[in-house]
Amino acid sequence: MKEGHHHRKEKKFGMVIDLDKCTGCGACMVACMAENNVPFKQNETDKLDSITWMRVYKFDNGKKFPDTEVCFLPRPCMHCEGQSGHSGHSPCVSVCPATATDYDTDSGIVSQIYTRCFGCRYCMAACPYHARHFNWWDPVWPEGMEKALSPNVSPRMRGVVEKCSFCFHRYQLAMDEIYAKGHRDFDEKVPEYQTACTQACPTDAIVFGDLNNPNHEVNQIVKPDHNHRLTGKSGNPKVFRLLERLETNPKVYYLSSREWVRRAGDNYQGEETPENYKVKEVHH
Amino acid sequence: MSTTDDNTNDVSPEEAEETTEETPEESSQPDYDSSGDEEECHCSGPGLPILFFIIGFVAMLIFGWFIFPEFLYCKIKQPIDFNHVLHMEEVDKGCESCHFFREDGTFAGVPKNAQCIKCHAEVQGDDPDELEFVEKYISNGVEVPWLSYSRQPDCVFFSHAAHVKLANMDCAECHGPMGESTSLKVYEKNWLSQYSRDIWGKSVLNMLNMKQHTWERMKMYDCAVCHMEKTGRETSVQTAKDGCFVCHK
Repeated sequence: MKEGHHHRKEKKFGMVIDLDKCTGCGACMVACMAENNVPFKQNETDKLDSITWMRVYKFDNGKKFPDTEVCFLPRPCMHCEGQSGHSGHSPCVSVCPATATDYDTDSGIVSQIYTRCFGCRYCMAACPYHARHFNWWDPVWPEGMEKALSPNVSPRMRGVVEKCSFCFHRYQLAMDEIYAKGHRDFDEKVPEYQTACTQACPTDAIVFGDLNNPNHEVNQIVKPDHNHRLTGKSGNPKVFRLLERLETNPKVYYLSSREWVRRAGDNYQGEETPENYKVKEVHH
Repeated sequence: MSTTDDNTNDVSPEEAEETTEETPEESSQPDYDSSGDEEECHCSGPGLPILFFIIGFVAMLIFGWFIFPEFLYCKIKQPIDFNHVLHMEEVDKGCESCHFFREDGTFAGVPKNAQCIKCHAEVQGDDPDELEFVEKYISNGVEVPWLSYSRQPDCVFFSHAAHVKLANMDCAECHGPMGESTSLKVYEKNWLSQYSRDIWGKSVLNMLNMKQHTWERMKMYDCAVCHMEKTGRETSVQTAKDGCFVCHK
């Protein structure tokens, strides 16, 4: 049985978000809240307190009318892989003193175990993407809504940190189906699972799947650069990642044909651009 | 006080100067000796306190391991007393005849009325439990509020498909010989955690790690031990064991 488990191919679930297609409608945020039992308050005006696993940011090119251009950027958890392949040395995992957050080399997903978390919030400080949120209160659901919560995602309690899980519970259910049908892995008959935000996006801006699978659309868009297999760099010049220079090696990629959008992904100084920064890395 | 007076009187003047300082000590010594003799007589050595300690220790262990845990659980009878043996004779696919997998791979668990109504639309025999079942639940279209002995907490994802279909494990391995029971045991619910005692196990087993069968206790430790032995997977970066998200949700 030991070997039986091991012959299953290692997966690396990742996401590509096409920022040219994103209209900023916020459907992904709503779908995520509903799917993952994300708590909310009656008064959400203080955004420092609000919990949004998926948050859509708005930014512009800083030019005056008529040259103003606006871009919306949905930001889930980046599920950072860290350097040197599957080391799992993502910022949050490496600082967690409670083993509450973990990197699974089987799926490439950064997990968060709420019952283990004791709320020190080191991970929130370590996360450069602000993808983690703290439960300052126990969730209070409007009357009758408790019955509409998803039984597949455990609700969180006061004092723990939570974040996007790439809808891991859907992966669990998908694997259930595979095993019940006598299969061992995703194949033509049992397609890969999808996250709630991917399915909710009306413009199909989000593509989610296994980055290790060359037949998958996500792999074909990202075109992982084989010279940079360990850093996860994309071979597609239109594809970039947020704060790429931190070398957190995120598995969420963004796609844009606009140069100023790609440039906004990190603090590129002077002559630096996302492209020539990548060139530097070749000789690194 | 009379003894000190007697002693000083007996001693000569020359010696008296040397001994006067000692006299209070000498005089008090007989008192100490006599009291010491009395203690030995009453206690007969250090054995008795140790004996009392052991008796008390054992009594506390018995209280802590056997009696106190009884106060931690409320005992609830199942709404209907179900006879597994009787039903196993009638079905041909064993446990999976009633506890089956749905098409999407999820496990149905405790059967609903829809499965029972095929046979129990009307009363079959003269068992009072069956009569109650048909009249109270089937006729009124109300589901039986069965109490699930093996229900895990909300944060746990348990895949029946992975264990039964992939790993070919027997139902009895985790649930015990339920199929051979003629009546349902009393459900014990922890007052504090609300979880079944089948999850927590008996306290003595917990303390001495004397677990003999899988079904005697089903806490995270028990899952983890088996996962480490059987799957040998080391996909977790933090623990070098099976990933946390395999069982948590």
